[in-house]
Amino acid sequence: MEHVTFLVVVVIITALAFDFTNGFHDTANAMATSIATGALRPKVAVAISGVLNIVGAFLSVEVAKTISGGIVDDKLVTPPMVFAGLIGAILWNLLTWLFGLPSSSSHALFGGLIGAVWVGAGMRGVHFDTVLQKILIPALASPLIAGFVAMTATYLAYTITARARHESVTSTFRFGQIVSASLVSLAHGTNDAQKTMGVITLTLISTGALASGSAPPIWVIAAAGLTIGLGTYLGGWRIIRTMGKGITEIESPQGFAAEASATTVILASSHLGFALSTTQVVSGAILGTGLGRRLAQIRWGLAGRMALAWLLTLPAAAAVGGVAAAVATTGTLGVAIAAVVAIAVSAGLYAASRREPVHAGNVNELPAQPQRVAA
Amino acid sequence: MDIKWAALGQVLVVSLAVSVVVVVVFSLGVLAISARQVAEERHATGTGPLAAAVLCFAACAAVVGYGIYLIVPQFH
Repeated sequence: MEHVTFLVVVVIITALAFDFTNGFHDTANAMATSIATGALRPKVAVAISGVLNIVGAFLSVEVAKTISGGIVDDKLVTPPMVFAGLIGAILWNLLTWLFGLPSSSSHALFGGLIGAVWVGAGMRGVHFDTVLQKILIPALASPLIAGFVAMTATYLAYTITARARHESVTSTFRFGQIVSASLVSLAHGTNDAQKTMGVITLTLISTGALASGSAPPIWVIAAAGLTIGLGTYLGGWRIIRTMGKGITEIESPQGFAAEASATTVILASSHLGFALSTTQVVSGAILGTGLGRRLAQIRWGLAGRMALAWLLTLPAAAAVGGVAAAVATTGTLGVAIAAVVAIAVSAGLYAASRREPVHAGNVNELPAQPQRVAA
Repeated sequence: MDIKWAALGQVLVVSLAVSVVVVVVFSLGVLAISARQVAEERHATGTGPLAAAVLCFAACAAVVGYGIYLIVPQFH
């Protein structure tokens, strides 16, 4: 394989690193509410989610034909820019994980690519109207739609089961939660592992290692699937805690209503041609389910910080991607320098997380937050 | 600018309808299970509530099946 250069190897490893943070970041989407209500033990939940992500990765046949889905001009994208964009996405994913904030991994990837292409190929390489249409509008619409649907569903679930026995209600809804959470995990595997496969495949095609229009080789599918599954299994416990316990206290009927609503919104949006971010849909559904139960309290301060993280995802990842591109597009040495710096920063973020670790054992304990709980 | 408002509206309407139906039917199933347990404790026959619960959860299972159908591309 004489086409496989140092650069290509670096891009593949970086793509898999992104894939890992993608799984890691998004475990919470499927499993946070099930863990919070005790429907599944934390380790069991992440294991189920990890396995379903791998299964989903192998099931997906239609790999992304473009790296960015039209957000940047794919003809102008070179492997160093892909590499720089991935670095922007990885570092943003790690930073938001450190603060326990759910944010969209896709938006981080798009942001990183936008920054990298802007610096590497100029502003004309970025399609800003597509950014508005595919990122900004969905980012506003996702929490509103999912929140409204989950709020309605929660209200109905509590009204209907008001006179039923508490134990039957809790245990049956817990069972329902397991099913809906599994669906979210499977859907995640079919969608998100594909992004990494697309990046690796298109990079191999761009250097001539694969023929144009090739399907991803089996090792790419296996590597992307296993990496996202491993990331999911290791679990971003900090984000799981935020979504399961931080936004609002979730009972099992709420967990079911939120998961069922989120699953429906995700499937409806991907099949009716208006793709929404899974992270934002699930966060919105959890907020909505808090609003739908009387007396449930919502920590609006946290919800506000989450919204801020969503707004910042694109520009922040773009800034990092841009800086990385400025260095990486200068040549092999630049790529190596960017890689070393990225590894160092990642290690630093990981070290910072060790000062106050969150794991399967304390994921359901509320963090000591300075701000007051508001009704 | 080409924002697909119609598609977005469809997502809202379809999601709301499906979620409400699933959650309402599931909740009715929960109610039926609870009724059956109460009946059993009174040594009455819980056949009616059991049948209702089975019906409700079968309907939910069908929706889950359709969800899996939508997720797995091989089924299309």
